[in-house]
Amino acid sequence: MKIVVCAKYALDVAELKISSGKPVLEGARRKVSDIDKNAVEAAISIKEKYGGIIKVLCFGPISAKEGLKELLAMGADEAYLIEDPSEGMLDTAATVEALALAIQKMDGFDLILCGEATIDGYTSQVGPRLAERLKVPQITYVRSIKIDGNNVIAERDLEDVYQTVKVPMPLLITVTREINTPRIPNLMAILKASKKPITIWKIEDLGLSKDKLEQISSLHTLSLEGFTVERKRIIIKDKPVDEAVQELISYLLKEKVLGV
Amino acid sequence: MGLEGNYKGIMVYSEDIDTLFELISKSRELANQIQTDVSAILLGDRIEIIPNELAAYGVDKVYMVENPQLKGLIAEACAESISIIINRVKPEALFIGATKRGKELAPKIAEKLKTGCVSECVSLDIDKAKRDFIMKRIIFGGKVVSTHTIVKRPIIATIPPRIFEKKRIEGRAAQVIKIDLEIPSSKFEILEVKNKVVSGKKIEEASIVICGGRGLKQKEDFKLLDELANVLKGQVGCTRPIAADRGWFTEWIGLSGKKIKPNLYITVGISGAIQHVAGVRGAKVIVSINKDPEAPIFSESDYGIVGDLYKVIPALIEHLKKIK
Repeated sequence: MKIVVCAKYALDVAELKISSGKPVLEGARRKVSDIDKNAVEAAISIKEKYGGIIKVLCFGPISAKEGLKELLAMGADEAYLIEDPSEGMLDTAATVEALALAIQKMDGFDLILCGEATIDGYTSQVGPRLAERLKVPQITYVRSIKIDGNNVIAERDLEDVYQTVKVPMPLLITVTREINTPRIPNLMAILKASKKPITIWKIEDLGLSKDKLEQISSLHTLSLEGFTVERKRIIIKDKPVDEAVQELISYLLKEKVLGV
Repeated sequence: MGLEGNYKGIMVYSEDIDTLFELISKSRELANQIQTDVSAILLGDRIEIIPNELAAYGVDKVYMVENPQLKGLIAEACAESISIIINRVKPEALFIGATKRGKELAPKIAEKLKTGCVSECVSLDIDKAKRDFIMKRIIFGGKVVSTHTIVKRPIIATIPPRIFEKKRIEGRAAQVIKIDLEIPSSKFEILEVKNKVVSGKKIEEASIVICGGRGLKQKEDFKLLDELANVLKGQVGCTRPIAADRGWFTEWIGLSGKKIKPNLYITVGISGAIQHVAGVRGAKVIVSINKDPEAPIFSESDYGIVGDLYKVIPALIEHLKKIK
């Protein structure tokens, strides 16, 4: 089984600072997007049962090597990093073009796994776009995967229903957080992973150029503004329960939100 | 492609009928600003919606594709159908309801048409002079609003349910255009569909929502929240760990689940992960009850009580009963 997992070295949004109404992106902390780790974990459990090789692929800054090392320590076999020349300013169409060309440079695949969305942009676009670009079927929002011969049987979590589907490989799957709990690699695994290969590609190695990618990228960002909702932060503490509750109710009556 | 002006009109699609009405109403408003048409797409193996129902919200044309390959609305077949219609009609904008089905469909269409797509827009405007669509969305875990435009045509955007209001317009009729398409048979086979057990009323429509988190020790303890909801005529929800990890419920409130904007949002035993808070940013008043004074949820709240929920909630119920 040849498995490719796409992973983003995303902004660590919990740590992101807003200064004078703008996000501070320079030097902002990054990490592997949480749900992409679920995708790696899913790949590992498939490999454990059915054998195979897991390649992780990332389009991002050179610092993404740190994230890829972590995924290798989890159990991926090889890592590939396509250096993004744009500092994250390209849209999902350009990202997918780079990922697709990189995957075509590898020796085929049975399964591509992605997270259902990334923690920073949360567009949910890369999986479906990549499936379309590579002309393979997609199974999105997957919370369990079984392999049955040449077919994948997967359970999808849609708004109103759980849907079980059967699709022949090769195909692309996007997973939800519920599919598993990503393992935390131990020291041995981390040491072993340092011997695993990380291949770094420039976009030119894929036959692309910065101009070409900018042409593909038609989504332009006009502004990024801090979205702050000022909350009153009136916290009642160290008071007897009855007193605290009465004080809260009097505030809520003044706010006219109790429907009385 | 380009902005030469051969792309005209706004087209909408959603398999969710209420979202479709909302998208039509918003598109009507935008189309009036640039004097253009609104069209809608209906897909299915058997279509039960009466196209004139859509006219009542301001649609001019309805493109209908009835085809056995559209059974189950598999993304591949839907994307194929919509792309063919777009290549014939050439609208300047395509808006798709951001349900999970819509969110997997829109990027596929965008990739087929080699154009840009904005996910989950919360605001849509037109720069009339440039005939450009200006779209806003919320990113970075709810901390940032980004504003976008797309320089290719058609622009594609997904729009979550209940962002825009549906507005009926009397006395309109729509032209119905039935389209026969060859849709290749899919390798995608649906084996089983299980309905989720959901509480009758939609939590997105409740004006008071009480949400339980990991501070609740067992599923039975949610009865306390139900009781509070009864007194307040509100609805009860939970966080992702409660639904997804513990499996006590099938839906949750947060960025990846239900995004809500009630008048009053009461969190009980919730620490305040950014993905959760991002889903309730629009709430008018947030109240939190948590025993940990350092819980991040308090800095996202208007009012809070630091205390044991098992003592605070019963007291709250008792005192609320007196005033209700």
